[in-house]
Amino acid sequence: MKSYIVFIKGLWRENPVFRQILGMCPTLAVTGYLSNGIAMGLAVVFVLVASSTVISIFRRLIPKQVRMPTFIVIIATFVVLVDYFLRANYPFLSKKLGPYVPLIVVNCIIMGRQEAFSSKNPVWLSFLDALGMGIGFTLALVILSTVREILGFGTLLGHPVLGQWFTPWVIMALPPGAFLSLGVILGINNTFQKKSTR
Amino acid sequence: MKLVVTTSPHIRSSLSLQKVMYTVILCLLPALFWGIYYFHIRALFLLITCSISTVVTEIIFKKVRKKPVSIGDGSALLTGVLLAMVLPPYLPLWMAALGGFVAISLGKEVFGGLGYNIFNPALLGRAFLMAAFPVQLTTWGIPARASWTSLDAITRATPLATTLPKFSGNGLYPLQKLLFGLHPGSMGEVFSIGLIVGGLILIALRIADFRIPLAAFLTLVILSSIFYFTGENYPSPSFHLLAGGFLLGALFMATDPVTTPYTKKGRWVFGMGMGALIVFIRLFGGYPEGVMYSILIMNAFTPLINRLTRPLPLGGKK
Repeated sequence: MKSYIVFIKGLWRENPVFRQILGMCPTLAVTGYLSNGIAMGLAVVFVLVASSTVISIFRRLIPKQVRMPTFIVIIATFVVLVDYFLRANYPFLSKKLGPYVPLIVVNCIIMGRQEAFSSKNPVWLSFLDALGMGIGFTLALVILSTVREILGFGTLLGHPVLGQWFTPWVIMALPPGAFLSLGVILGINNTFQKKSTR
Repeated sequence: MKLVVTTSPHIRSSLSLQKVMYTVILCLLPALFWGIYYFHIRALFLLITCSISTVVTEIIFKKVRKKPVSIGDGSALLTGVLLAMVLPPYLPLWMAALGGFVAISLGKEVFGGLGYNIFNPALLGRAFLMAAFPVQLTTWGIPARASWTSLDAITRATPLATTLPKFSGNGLYPLQKLLFGLHPGSMGEVFSIGLIVGGLILIALRIADFRIPLAAFLTLVILSSIFYFTGENYPSPSFHLLAGGFLLGALFMATDPVTTPYTKKGRWVFGMGMGALIVFIRLFGGYPEGVMYSILIMNAFTPLINRLTRPLPLGGKK
């Protein structure tokens, strides 16, 4: 039961983007296309799960005073793995994501989970927590990039979904569109959360 | 004798919010009528679309948030009218409706409604449209003057866009044409005389404060004269004043009491900043017109200006 709660809380109730407002940099920067959003989400899931598990295994060996540098080294290892993997297998996608893949190293979600959870909890729970948070992050990116790609380009995953009559809203493909859509989604989300807690 | 005991204030101005809003709309009428006459029925459709869109959005937001529907105060209607006046007259109507929705929802209601908004809602709506549909927002029609029934138009850039890059003299558009609104442009900004008269009435009624328009006017004239008389190829001050949206912006939008400073000194600062930004954006920026962005930028600075220009209370210490 406890493991179920640990897993499920990251999806919605403590969603890293919509509730904790963490990881804003990739959230705002790479959600212009749905394909970018999915790729970034999956990359973060992999890094988060792998580093949480490893850090949880070694949590008793890591000295408290240097835990941050240690976490960073472990996280960076997996980020480099992802980066090389993308570059080798999906060079086009890798180019589109640009510097945001290496920047996963400093993603607050990952660092936050190590600090708050996996450095204090057993391996199995850390794994579930990381998986839940990662999927929650991916979910948020998918929602945001779906809205932005449909309105900004009239396409979804590159396929036109709206007819010829549709004039793309250029603003949704630009940075202001990211802020606007994130703000609107946050507002809607907050309204619902308030209602459900009442 | 019956004595009534109440707390202050005891003397109330007869000027209500409603009166202010409708007076502003009345003062806009000359320019509006000219716009509709000059650009024909499409301008009327644009006006109606924007007004309905803003008013309906306001009603929806008030209903959803379970607040009293204060549509009677006319502020949403004024936003719609102003938005229509700063849009190209031949804009597709659904875009205008979207602009009205954004103006009220993101420009006003998300901040908490009238009195809490940071930016001028009408200009925010236009800024959204400008970023979303750059092509349509910079396509200006010249009205086909052949007949009232014809809806056809020739698309053409505004005097600012055609003249600024390679300027000599007043170009295609002599002064009297600009004064009487015989040039392409946004629906409500072409008829300069109407705007000046309306604005002066507002200032005379003390609904608009004279400081911001005056400061913006002086800064614009001085700065543009410096460029005009020292460099080649720069437009004249009169062209700066009349060719774009300066009059509408300075007289009707920069005098909005909500989004501009409330201190007297601050209003001078606001106007000067606005005038300077207009000149710099027009001459050196990427856009031919800078009134919208200069007002929005100064709106963002308003809280800071308010804080820095707070007057010293009597006997107060520095």
